[in-house]
Amino acid sequence: MAEPILELHSVSKSFSGVAANVDISFAVTRGEILGLIGPNGAGKSSLFNSISGAIVPDGGAILFEGKPISGLGPVACTKRGIGRTFQVVRSFDSMTVLENVMVGAFARVQRARHAMARALEVLAVCGLDGRADTPAHALTPPEKRRLEVARALATEPRLLLLDEMLTGLTPTEAQEGVQLVRAIRARGITIIMVEHVMEILLPLIDRAVVLHLGRKLAEGSPAEIVQNPEVIRAYLGDRYGT
Amino acid sequence: MSAALIAQVAIGGLLMGLVYALVAAGLSLIFGLMDVVNFAHGELLMLAMYATFVIHENTGLDPLLQLPLVAVILFGLGAAIYRGLISRALDVRFNTGMVQIFVTFGLSIFLVGAAQLAFGSDFRSINDGFLSNRTAAIGPVVLPLSQLAAGLVCLIAFAALVLMSRTEFGRALEATREDRDAVALIGIDRQRIFSIGWGIGAATVGIAGVMLTNFYYISPTVGSNFALIAYVTVALGGFGSLLGALVAGLVVGLAEALTALVIDPSLKQIGIFAIYVLVLTIRPRGLFGRL
Amino acid sequence: MSLSLRPNAITKRRRRELLVGAVLLVLLALLPLPIGNVYLRGLIVLTLLYAGLAQGWNVLGGYCGQISLGHALYFGIGAYTSTILFTRFGIPPTLGLFVGSGLAALAALLVGWPSFRLSGHYYAIATLVIGLMAELLVQNWGFVNAAMGITIPFHAQSWLDLEFRVAVLPFHYVMLAYAAIAWIIAWLIEGSRWGFYWRAVKDDVEAAQSLAVRIFPSKMAAASISGAITGVGGALYAQYIGFIDPDSGFGLSLSVLIALPAVVGGVGTLWGPLIGAAVLIPLQQLSAAWLGGAGGGVDLMIYGALIVVLALARPQGLVSLFGVRSQAGGEVMDNG
Repeated sequence: MAEPILELHSVSKSFSGVAANVDISFAVTRGEILGLIGPNGAGKSSLFNSISGAIVPDGGAILFEGKPISGLGPVACTKRGIGRTFQVVRSFDSMTVLENVMVGAFARVQRARHAMARALEVLAVCGLDGRADTPAHALTPPEKRRLEVARALATEPRLLLLDEMLTGLTPTEAQEGVQLVRAIRARGITIIMVEHVMEILLPLIDRAVVLHLGRKLAEGSPAEIVQNPEVIRAYLGDRYGT
Repeated sequence: MSAALIAQVAIGGLLMGLVYALVAAGLSLIFGLMDVVNFAHGELLMLAMYATFVIHENTGLDPLLQLPLVAVILFGLGAAIYRGLISRALDVRFNTGMVQIFVTFGLSIFLVGAAQLAFGSDFRSINDGFLSNRTAAIGPVVLPLSQLAAGLVCLIAFAALVLMSRTEFGRALEATREDRDAVALIGIDRQRIFSIGWGIGAATVGIAGVMLTNFYYISPTVGSNFALIAYVTVALGGFGSLLGALVAGLVVGLAEALTALVIDPSLKQIGIFAIYVLVLTIRPRGLFGRL
Repeated sequence: MSLSLRPNAITKRRRRELLVGAVLLVLLALLPLPIGNVYLRGLIVLTLLYAGLAQGWNVLGGYCGQISLGHALYFGIGAYTSTILFTRFGIPPTLGLFVGSGLAALAALLVGWPSFRLSGHYYAIATLVIGLMAELLVQNWGFVNAAMGITIPFHAQSWLDLEFRVAVLPFHYVMLAYAAIAWIIAWLIEGSRWGFYWRAVKDDVEAAQSLAVRIFPSKMAAASISGAITGVGGALYAQYIGFIDPDSGFGLSLSVLIALPAVVGGVGTLWGPLIGAAVLIPLQQLSAAWLGGAGGGVDLMIYGALIVVLALARPQGLVSLFGVRSQAGGEVMDNG
């Protein structure tokens, strides 16, 4: 594997004595789409939060582009090129779609004109440019998801963390989401996705890391994961009824 | 400057500090309960003092004997203010925090104006009470009995507050503060708790006010001075902490008295403000508070 | 990257605001001409002054969400600095006001630095206490004549020295320029990076952080701009009245009057401070004049009641009555 864009070495995190992540290690190659899979409570969210800087892991190290980032905080991590969406959509409801994305664009430019130009460009990529002047709170749920992505994209990340972006969408909406993810990867952005919808995720990702009860259970290509008996038992088994 | 003089000034300062502590406790209680800073707190004190004065003028009832009466009156006033104004302010959909600041601020201005209208701006005082013009001597230190009594009564009231916080009602108050929304689920009537909380907060300040009439002047603007000291005291002690209010009150009272002695009486508040700035920079949440 | 932006709601609104502002400026410039009554002209001058002051306060209190109840501090610093430089050292106020506003900006930074860590009410209380502290200090400071204040003697009519005899008209244009510049600064800030950042933080702090929004530096910037604008107002006021003392320069009622127009008109909006000033200042002046002296307290009662009623009835500000965008950001003071 070429120089990995992200490396996790024995990352651990507990909350009030309850272990959320235990000894998690894996690496992510630049340009790939990695799936982070696991049932509820497996520790996916806290791992996301650790990578994006929102929380500080108790143990282990996280290296982004070769440099340690744990403890730097969300602002610094975003500046370094890590973007993220939130599982529960958190739009700036007092602003329009365009204004929301401009907030993200301002991470890289100072002047409003430039931020506006970049924001409009990102909106086009995400298929929201027709809704640029709509107040964010008036969007439909799938549109809000795309706004989350657009906002994060505007910060020009090299690594994008997508938190359940495709959950709860109709098949058509989910397919549009998949196309968006592929379009993002085509721009050279590495993606880590947390998802529950296996049917949509497995064809999309290059590799997967499976978490279970806070630990890494397995790692490999989608085909390998699907055939891994432990994985099936722990997670897919519930879904596929084996 | 003799040791006796310093001791006298210091003890006088501590006694005033107890009064400050009680005033601050009322403020802290309300804030701790519902995150509302009562900018009309000083005016409640002022009203208590005028009430005492008026009752004394018309019935000859000594301020000391009026304590329970005025406390009840202020309790009612506090609860009424909550029901009439504050609950409405909290229900507002925009800018709740700011609305609540300006509602209590506007109320304070209104009350000062009302007092001016009703009583005029002249200073009043009660000079023929039981405690007036009497002193007590403890060794070489001579203290006005009124101040001594004020300190004592405030200390007792403070202890009562602490006891109350240990009762079931006190725990209900604490629970309501911790999680406003959840308490409804266990049958605690939030509105009732808040009204009572405001009532108690006002009553505490009322007690302090009654005791002050024995030796302090009464005027429409007397409240603003004490309110200011109360804010500093609460900030120093920590919002929401009774113990903090006590310790801070004593510190503030002492600092004020010593500053008056060492620097200049007209600048005595400088000492207090200096403390405030220090607390602000070094430990914003105060000695015992949680920010 | 091409910068020919296609027109959208933002650009259209901004252009509209400039247009309305320009029209308003022209109207206000013409306003005093048909009015002969000196008292009325004076009232308008004061209203314009407070329009500018309110706009300055709004930068910190409305957009940035830090409610300051001690803005008189910056007003007083501006007023006293300019006055002392003029009366003691002969430096014309047109220069002195820059020094005054610079010092005021510095003071704002000093105040903001420890207190921006504090959420909502704590910050309000801190500004209140600091403001009162300043008044007390000035009242006892011999160098600035303590409680007696400083009178500015009239020498000769001069634009440089901002001295005009009984004529109010020149001051009208001075204050109009002040209010206009303050408005323009607010307009610029609204469309700037900071303006966006402050609104984002008010709406959702965590989401804002995930977009690399760091607001402490921008709060400091807001504080200094707000302080500077307020300081200029103080300097202009001192020249207008010809007298400054601790009460008129640093008093609490002054702080409240500076903060109120934006609150009443609509915090965090462009027009709120103007509407608020236009409503409040004439009201306050007239009720103080008619009711203040003999009525003893009635003016305060009306004033206080008005504040309460307006805060409860129209928390989003009077600006919402005009259908103008009434919230330039979410909850003020919720960011903690």
